[in-house]
Amino acid sequence: MQLDNLYQEVILDHYKNPQNKVLASDNDAQVHHVNPSCGDEVTLGVKLDGDKIASINWDGVGCSISQASTSIMSDLLIGKSLDEATAISEDFLHLMQSKGSEEGNPDVLEDAVALAGVSKYPARIKCALLGWMAFKDASVQAHSKEEK
Amino acid sequence: MSFDPVALRRDFPIFDRTIRDGRRLVYLDSGATSQKPQAVMDAEIDFYRHHNAAVHRGAHQLAEEATDIYEGARLTVAEFLNAEEDEVIFTKSATESLNLVAYAMGNAKVGNRFHLTAGDGIVVTEMEHHANLIPWQQLAERTGALLTWFEVTPEGRLDLSNINSVINEKTKVVALTHQSNVLGTINPLEAIVKRAHEVGAVVVLDACQSVPHMAVDVKALDIDFLAFSGHKALGPTGVGVFWGRGSLLEELPPFLTGGSMIENVTMTGATWAPAPRKFEAGVPNMAQAAGLAAALKYLNAVGLENIHNHEIELTTYLLNKFADIENLRIVGPNNIESRGGSISFTFGDIHPHDLGQFLDSQGIAVRTGHHCAWPLNRKMGVPATTRASLYLYNTHEDCDALVQGILDAEKYFGR
Repeated sequence: MQLDNLYQEVILDHYKNPQNKVLASDNDAQVHHVNPSCGDEVTLGVKLDGDKIASINWDGVGCSISQASTSIMSDLLIGKSLDEATAISEDFLHLMQSKGSEEGNPDVLEDAVALAGVSKYPARIKCALLGWMAFKDASVQAHSKEEK
Repeated sequence: MSFDPVALRRDFPIFDRTIRDGRRLVYLDSGATSQKPQAVMDAEIDFYRHHNAAVHRGAHQLAEEATDIYEGARLTVAEFLNAEEDEVIFTKSATESLNLVAYAMGNAKVGNRFHLTAGDGIVVTEMEHHANLIPWQQLAERTGALLTWFEVTPEGRLDLSNINSVINEKTKVVALTHQSNVLGTINPLEAIVKRAHEVGAVVVLDACQSVPHMAVDVKALDIDFLAFSGHKALGPTGVGVFWGRGSLLEELPPFLTGGSMIENVTMTGATWAPAPRKFEAGVPNMAQAAGLAAALKYLNAVGLENIHNHEIELTTYLLNKFADIENLRIVGPNNIESRGGSISFTFGDIHPHDLGQFLDSQGIAVRTGHHCAWPLNRKMGVPATTRASLYLYNTHEDCDALVQGILDAEKYFGR
């Protein structure tokens, strides 16, 4: 079934057991993003340790794709430097825009390659990117705060 | 006359195609837009093929023919609504129609009955589509008028218990939907219209979800303004209707200004043509008006009463089936009383987007999300719902496919 490319086991696992889904109170920055076309919401916090991402924590409501993608992203980026995180995020964005032509590099994206199938469903790409865009926003805010 | 949806489907070429690897198309998203019969497409093509010219101008035969078709479409709409011909205004959409009346009121100067100031009231309801909420929020913001609303009960009905305080002596406008695009609820207009007129307010009706599905008679309803969209009523996209009571259209200032809508123009000012032209600046969507007329004629030929009864029957059938599905919660009235064929629901902890995606894999088209009624979703305590919306071409087989799809989705996501 073609649908299985979209709903891979890894995605349903993250949906049922989301990682880092508890908001911390000591974040350097916290943002709230919504997908206005469907109402999915994510609140996401970032805490930095110098240039390193010490914590990504979040809460939200939404479909399995948006929730799993945010969970996978948080797992993947915690512990990385801001530059590494930016590079990985760009890789993921590229994968989402590939219209099903790419599988993604598991060495870079790890579990996030499971979301490759989303790129064949244009209406769902925004779901997969919701958490990543929230992270981008929060990390920029946290970084500029750090520099002050 | 016997009503046969299977026979009607043959008039809609889209049902000849298949979905997702050869599956039968089960189209349950007519609340978003309806499919089109061949007659509507033919009317548009015929206009372009044989009669295309700018209406109301040009000293040539094509312009005459185009004008005849366009004004003929206006007459068809007027008859469909039991309105006067000069009361029917073509817009590009129902959204434009609602913005037209809200912006036009905002243009009213002191002394005009539509002039709003701080202290005046605008009343809406919690079940409005964004298109009949935000224009009024904006008008309130621009004029200082106070926006208030009727609340929605947990069953998805309007709470009219405080009607006399919600609509009060300060109220100038009451804007509400005839039938909720989410809940399916058909609102009791009689009491609301009576109270609104008692205090001198006008009633603006969003009839997008009613005009395509049941006979709507503006005189019988005694409302003042009405909006509906062509594309939800078997017609083309790009054409909507704004209807207003003739005496009110005389006093309502224009919204869009420009060509065609004037009586006289100098370098410093202009005066307006009478309605409907006062509200139709620019070259209108002529081919789409022709298509809409063909759509309304098609609906008349099938019979609005037949269509309404068919939808009631299918809705009852689906509500009964849904009642047997564990963890399925209908968001809106769970009985057929004063409700139409839009059925929104949640199902266990399967998010509507995921359910919709699974149903799509089975060839079943539904809508998911907040359906452009975010405040209503919040009120009903659901971030999103799945909505099946029925129309004349739907069958019991479609309803059965939906029920089976929901049960299969449970297995799929429960793996």
